Amino acid sequence: MALDQSFVGRTYPPTAPYEVGREKIREFAEAIGDANPAYTDPEAAKELGHPDVIAPPTFVFAITFKAAGQVIEDPQLGLDYSRVVHGDQKFAYTRPVRAGDRLAVTSTIEAIKSMAGNDILDIRGEVHDETGEHVVTAWTKLVSRAPEEVGP
Amino acid sequence: MTAKIAYAEVEAGTELPARTFPVTRATLVQYAGASGDFNPIHWNEKFAVEVGLPDVIAHGMFTMAEAIRVVTDWAGDPAAVVEYGVRFTKPVVVPNDGVGALIEVSAKVAAKLDDNLVRVDLTATSAGQKVLGMSRAVVRLA
Repeated sequence: MALDQSFVGRTYPPTAPYEVGREKIREFAEAIGDANPAYTDPEAAKELGHPDVIAPPTFVFAITFKAAGQVIEDPQLGLDYSRVVHGDQKFAYTRPVRAGDRLAVTSTIEAIKSMAGNDILDIRGEVHDETGEHVVTAWTKLVSRAPEEVGP
Repeated sequence: MTAKIAYAEVEAGTELPARTFPVTRATLVQYAGASGDFNPIHWNEKFAVEVGLPDVIAHGMFTMAEAIRVVTDWAGDPAAVVEYGVRFTKPVVVPNDGVGALIEVSAKVAAKLDDNLVRVDLTATSAGQKVLGMSRAVVRLA
């Protein structure tokens, strides 16, 4: 089912703030096996000029993807999430995410395309801290595969 | 931001130290918990096969997280990464054999940009297959 093109440009309300904790960053860094002390040791992070431990570059995806749930689960959009795969992912950082941040995400549908029966959805998530400063933008391309085997 | 590599020291073609990252089923369970992505294709073989996959596959975001370590370890300060994007081209298949899979990552400076920025192109393969495409980072050097 082709998705409704009129949803292109639609922006969803900002999410309630996500509070970034030191131990959550540590848990994520351990899960990816990354021992960089900037993720776990506040003193090491300060030596690099950061006020507290920072998060690995892809950490913020957990926050932006949860926010994108507003789009993915929008019954009016009608995306079949059981057939969705992650196509592309990109981040552009103004600064790293760090412990103590309270981050709100504003999700916008940038594009909807249909190719060989697949629905392709581009979602942009703008992440701001509680002072309103931009932290990072995340672009997520989701591909909802056609129900039948149609093309590659 | 305090990168330990100076812009003046690198040129287009400079190679970053390559790395190989092992991934087992246990790694995927740990990543699922830390990231909140509990999609069963990343831990349930029966489910993965039912939806047409050869076996359990790694989270694409796990592979993306591993690949950029080549850049963050090189630059010293992870905050040196100002842009990072990938395309998920092939899955990393992780068998339940106690060994798992390997993700092999290499990277090189593709272009020097203005403002002490460089573009780094990454290559990530597993079992001989390219698992990330268009994998690029923009990095601010000292």
